Amino acid sequence: MCDTCGCSADGGAVLRKPGLSDYHVHVNESSGHGDHHHQEAGHDHEHHHHHEKKSRTIALEQDVLQKNNLLAERNRGYFEARNIFALNFLSSPGSGKTSLLEKIIPALQHHIPVAVIEGDQQTTNDADRIHALGVPVIQINTGSGCHLDALMVHSAVKELELQDNSLLCIENVGNLVCPAMFDLGEALKVVIISVTEGDDKPLKYPTMFHEADICILNKIDLLPYVDFDALKCRENALRVSHTLEWFEVSAKTGEGLPVLQEWIEKKLKQR
Amino acid sequence: MHEMSIALSIVEAVQAKAREEGAASISGIDLVIGKLAGIEAESLKFCFSAAAKGTLAEEALLQVDEPEGMGECGECGRMFPVSFYYAECPDCRSLRVKIVSGEEFLIQSITIEE
Repeated sequence: MCDTCGCSADGGAVLRKPGLSDYHVHVNESSGHGDHHHQEAGHDHEHHHHHEKKSRTIALEQDVLQKNNLLAERNRGYFEARNIFALNFLSSPGSGKTSLLEKIIPALQHHIPVAVIEGDQQTTNDADRIHALGVPVIQINTGSGCHLDALMVHSAVKELELQDNSLLCIENVGNLVCPAMFDLGEALKVVIISVTEGDDKPLKYPTMFHEADICILNKIDLLPYVDFDALKCRENALRVSHTLEWFEVSAKTGEGLPVLQEWIEKKLKQR
Repeated sequence: MHEMSIALSIVEAVQAKAREEGAASISGIDLVIGKLAGIEAESLKFCFSAAAKGTLAEEALLQVDEPEGMGECGECGRMFPVSFYYAECPDCRSLRVKIVSGEEFLIQSITIEE
């Protein structure tokens, strides 16, 4: 319902599955979780104002994103307990999130079960592409919403039969701004940028890059044709986040993917 | 522009608290939005009036405190104000700056009418 980019916070998100046209689950709090009485006040203290109406000030000291953050922690606890490694993939639209998943999943699948949650405003196009790989996938259609939140992931996870000791890839809505604020309970945030964008993108959207743990530069096969300075981009990204892991790949040609896969597999073993 | 969904969650939280307190309405809401919180105070205020329509917070005045960000240099330990994530230490020019504050985003208090 955001008048600029259309965030909908009225629980308008819907879960869908590829090939099951009747399948349709609305994301709402009752389906998502049982207890949503999180509001805990700090110390209430009264200030007596000499107004005609009796008014008083109550301290809340409550994090605005508390509800999302608490639910994200529940998701995280669930993932940890079942040894599910959850990655949140973030980027602007068209930088190749789905193409990258299509390339790395078949290779990773040999070592570990993989499941995918796809986030888009509309269509099951991305979920259909992942479904074709033969891995469990669920599509979250956010309607007018501009990001996934912890409740949507919570609901999606209930519909996906996740295996213990597996990898869960969550592909967020293509957007370099809003999804940065919403913790989903993932282990790591992966931001993807492509060489057809600007190499100053990390500086223009610092919140996202600051939040990210891994940055993947995609479409490097196009480097000879575009004015994109990969070194400069890396420098910019590392200025915003000093501990960022950096990868350069082409989901199209496969260049750089073995290094990325190796890194993910190493992470999986470390847990 | 996630400010609309944020505005709605603020309305939800303050309404719940006001009901608990038996308030007739909410006349004021004090927010703390750090300069590095990723929230535009002005667009939040703009969204808030729409989000609060028809609720106990409809008439509420939104007061926003926007504390500066503070960074701590990972090399020399100096603390200094930062306004963006790619700050540089003014002393040793190091880029290894850790953000220590400025990312807070809180509903500090509400004023209710009984």
